[in-house]
Amino acid sequence: MQAQEARAADPLPPAHARSLYRAMLTARLIDGEAIALQRQGVLPAYVSARGQEAAQAGSAAALDIERDFAFPTYREIAAALTLGVDMVGYLASHRALWHGGLYDPVASRFGAVNAVVGGPVPHAVGWAMGERLAGRTGCALSYFGDGASSEGDVHEAMNLAGVMRAPVVFLCQNNRWALSVPNERQVAGGSIAARAAGYGMPGVAVDGNDVAAVYRATRQALEHARSGGGPSLVEARTYRIEPHSTSDDTSRYRDPDEERQWRERDPVARLRAELGEAGHTDDTLARVEREARESAERVRDGICARPEPDGDDLFRYVYAEPTDELARQWRAWREEAAP
Amino acid sequence: MTVTPVNAECASTGSAHEEPGGAVEMSMREAINSALHTALREDPRTLVFGEDVGRLGGVFRVTDGLWHTFGEDRVFDTPISESAIIGAAVGLAMNGFRPIPELQFDGFAYPAVDQIVNQLARMHYRTRGAVTMPVTVRLPSFGGIRAPEHHGESLEALFAHVPGLTVVAPSTPHDAHHLLLRSVRTDDPVIYLEPKARYWDRGPVGRRNDEAPGGTVEPIGASRVVRAGRHATLIAWGAMVRRCLQVADLAAEDGVELEVIDLRWLKPIDADGLAASVARTRRAVVVHEAPLTAGLGAEVAALVTERAFRDLAAPVQRVTGYDVPYPAGPLEPRYLPTNDRVLLAVQRTLEY
Ligand SMILES: Cc1ncc(C[n+]2csc(CCOP(=O)(O)OP(=O)(O)O)c2C)c(N)n1
Ligand SMILES: [Mg+2]
Repeated sequence: MQAQEARAADPLPPAHARSLYRAMLTARLIDGEAIALQRQGVLPAYVSARGQEAAQAGSAAALDIERDFAFPTYREIAAALTLGVDMVGYLASHRALWHGGLYDPVASRFGAVNAVVGGPVPHAVGWAMGERLAGRTGCALSYFGDGASSEGDVHEAMNLAGVMRAPVVFLCQNNRWALSVPNERQVAGGSIAARAAGYGMPGVAVDGNDVAAVYRATRQALEHARSGGGPSLVEARTYRIEPHSTSDDTSRYRDPDEERQWRERDPVARLRAELGEAGHTDDTLARVEREARESAERVRDGICARPEPDGDDLFRYVYAEPTDELARQWRAWREEAAP
Repeated sequence: MTVTPVNAECASTGSAHEEPGGAVEMSMREAINSALHTALREDPRTLVFGEDVGRLGGVFRVTDGLWHTFGEDRVFDTPISESAIIGAAVGLAMNGFRPIPELQFDGFAYPAVDQIVNQLARMHYRTRGAVTMPVTVRLPSFGGIRAPEHHGESLEALFAHVPGLTVVAPSTPHDAHHLLLRSVRTDDPVIYLEPKARYWDRGPVGRRNDEAPGGTVEPIGASRVVRAGRHATLIAWGAMVRRCLQVADLAAEDGVELEVIDLRWLKPIDADGLAASVARTRRAVVVHEAPLTAGLGAEVAALVTERAFRDLAAPVQRVTGYDVPYPAGPLEPRYLPTNDRVLLAVQRTLEY
């Protein structure tokens, strides 16, 4: 099996393209609000997904949320938004209110925010194995980065998925950078998609800034999994426009020219231009843009207003079956440490 | 190995024989095996998987017969990927299953520590209870069988230190059976440490958990007084419980009556049970195979000191392995606590 380079995809039907534009733009605007909130001291730190909206919205939109499940990392705001995750609950992770976020991962079909690079990838495989064992038809979508592709867990997970023929799609957003380390120092052989061959599954590299291409490649991988074909790997080649996080300083490791070149390939602007060419009027698009802005503002206000969690939450969720010892510590905390 | 389910509805076969009172005599290996049969039979969401656990029945044959009885979907071999075994268990639990993965040997739990500590132990917490992690990790543990390197490790202190985990180690076939079922039935992740030096030891396995009279559920964290005595308390778990019983026999010849506590649950620890015993004996010696420094013996000593300081007539003594890597064959018996070393500690506490 050879990793394929997907060719430029045919455009999506107009209504679908417009709804993806709305999702991508809304995510972009919330992302910008989050950066601003970090500067204002509301969020202690934020990891921007700017530039990766097509890779995320295109792949997430391919899921059937009645039966599929997505396993994110910490940079999947546009995927979360596309799947309808409560965005205030999502940003709660970045406001450091609760590590995993304050949305319900089960109801959202979107796992808790996970900060271990590569860590959630085997979870997706286990979940997918469960679908097959239960005789259901859901598929798992596992997000991870180019840096994560070096983790043993990702390789173990792909191999396990291969031998189990688990219905899982490995969706690598290769945004060229893993914190300060570029692809050249991260990915031997230069192609993550090519690794699929070693695990006996289809692998495809797509232009990650072309939302239609990502959507179609993910869709195809999901159909392959759903029809019993097992796992596949989609490498969406994109770019992390912003620093790794608001605490990062890219001037120490990358050329601003590279950033400028990728800013010109902005996936949101590109989709807007395509929509215009396809005959969407400026009025229609202006309405979408106004709605996106309003919704980003609501999320911004929501996350600012979100109360801090109850102090008892410190103890509440450690065990499903509480232990006497922890109950004792909880009582002591109430007496000694609770305000 | 002949499988002998303990449940009344299943025929007893093979080497096991029925004892008066409904108990069945079997080895610890068989007792764990029969508990796995019960778990797989009573709940279709349970799964057994790991390295060589399927067709082979596990390197110690603990999973013998499960694959034949329950089929490839419920009992399956995985690649040699400890991290993915636990990671997949996390995903399966998120999807409503109750996995019982095996990690083949104690030393090979280390490659899975990230998934155990960063994922399994805290997924319930991270999701504020939206998902539960009813995962029982079976881990053949401890030393004493002259095995290769990485096959004689004691990891209880490592796992007991992790919030969200429950840790248990049986010392008898009866407890091996019932503590495993108790572990499988809780909604929290449990690290179940099997003392491989005791796999072949035989003993009666009651049909009912005698800790839970009248069919009630045994509380997690209950220790057991396996021998009553009034001069000092020996505290141990896993293979060291039998060592302590031997020491108690020897001491009895000199008129010293030792109480022996099988701690059983290593997290949570039965601090009340320990304090109650020390209130009777005023002296305590804790015995474990693991190295001394930051071993679970330190936790036991601290708990006893906190709860029973005024009862204590002497500092809590520790008889443990040494702060060295677990040694090879001929050095193994010189590393592990011996009867003599435990007796010396008893003497120290009596003469303090
Ligand atoms: C196991 C692990 N090692 C290191 C880190 C620290 N870390 C956080 S993000 C990151 C870079 C990850 O790069 P990539 O997988 O490409 O994802 P991206 O940040 O580009 O989305 C590193 C090293 C971590 N979170 N987890
Ligand atoms: Mg990256």
